[in-house]
Amino acid sequence: MQFEIDGMSRLPIYRQLVEQVREGIARGGVKPGEQLPSVRQLSRDLVVNPNTVARAYTELEREGLLANRPGRGVFVAEPRGELTEEARRRRLTEGVDRLLTEAVHLGFSKAEVARLVAERSREFRWGPDKPSSKGEEGRP
Amino acid sequence: MTAAIATERLTKEYDGRRVVDGLDLRIPAGSVYGFLGRNGAGKSTTIKMLMGMVRPSFGRIELLGHDLAALPMEAKGRIAYLAEGHPLYGWMTIAEAARFAGAFHPGRWDRAMFERVLDHFELSGRAKIRRLSNGQRANVALALAIAPDPDLLVLDDPTLGLDTVARHDFLLSMIHLVQRRGRTILFSSHILADVERVADRIGVLVNGVLRVDCPTDRFKEAVSRVVLEFAGEPPAFPGCRGLVQAWQVGRRLELVVVDFGPEQQAAVEALGPKSWDVAGLNLEDAFVAYTRGPRRSLPLLGGVADEAAEGSDDRGAA
Repeated sequence: MQFEIDGMSRLPIYRQLVEQVREGIARGGVKPGEQLPSVRQLSRDLVVNPNTVARAYTELEREGLLANRPGRGVFVAEPRGELTEEARRRRLTEGVDRLLTEAVHLGFSKAEVARLVAERSREFRWGPDKPSSKGEEGRP
Repeated sequence: MTAAIATERLTKEYDGRRVVDGLDLRIPAGSVYGFLGRNGAGKSTTIKMLMGMVRPSFGRIELLGHDLAALPMEAKGRIAYLAEGHPLYGWMTIAEAARFAGAFHPGRWDRAMFERVLDHFELSGRAKIRRLSNGQRANVALALAIAPDPDLLVLDDPTLGLDTVARHDFLLSMIHLVQRRGRTILFSSHILADVERVADRIGVLVNGVLRVDCPTDRFKEAVSRVVLEFAGEPPAFPGCRGLVQAWQVGRRLELVVVDFGPEQQAAVEALGPKSWDVAGLNLEDAFVAYTRGPRRSLPLLGGVADEAAEGSDDRGAA
């Protein structure tokens, strides 16, 4: 996995690292079980304070995306189904609403957004399709 | 957490002018502290006071838990200092400079480490210092500073005048040093991107007053720019808590605010703008906004009121 620090970014460095790992996992660039560089190593590679790297890793562990196996290293965690269906749905809805708000303000049409989502989806690594438990909500 | 450097109301006056004004600095052991400010803000004077080279007009300094005025030899040997511009005796060879510097740190001089740093930079101990390039001199100066394996390293603008590659190597050496537990580094710099990478805390000195003293991430996340659009001529902004700057650009009012929240939002909405938006700033822009313009009423970021928030940050970084 390639990390990159953008000095002109508005995001603090630890957030940049967190986002890069999240995206790397979602796109399938790094897979569950794969080892990430140690805090020490990454701190040297990127020339970044080790506390900053440690903070990013700690945050990712808390989110359940990484697992720290003492003495062995930091690994991409197996996806854990810890959140309930409802909580996962709520979290995704929040994200979608943010995206849609932005799209409306930028002047996109509904069809354009749907097309863009379908197009970008091909870039990501998805879990298997599940039979929908609740069915469509049947909104207009 | 113990402090590697602590000052109390540290003040320096030259001809009745306060160059450093009531500095309460507290740098936790094990941190890398980026010391920022414009030219003439008082950084070098502060550093010289910390190193006992300039006598304070007022105030106290503690290094590694000892009062500076009564610093035992043992503690002196655990402190290293790199002055601005890497002053070294040009007539010495690198090896001679090492013997000279080593005498100030009896029993602590790590020859092997010094050799390793020289090797890394492909420098020979027989080379005359006056024949070295700026970058090479900086590397020798750094090697000399870290060879005694100091617990506290103070660097005054160490990357000044270095090219990009030399700067990168220098920062990497700093990272190597930090990875040895408990080492504290204070360095001043004008290159914000370097500071953000290497420093976990920053202090910003404005006209001799410490205006910012907090974790680097906290500063970046706390300062934001708010842009208000109006249909006609914008009204004057009446001010709010945390306001750093406000200025008018055509039909827009732009604010820089610390800790934008419901209170500041209410102040913005009370003006009835057509639309408004909040965005973060990168470190450089945040620094510029903070150190330019009217200074009397600058909000203080960090210090006692921030202790709770910093506590949780520190846990995250542990």
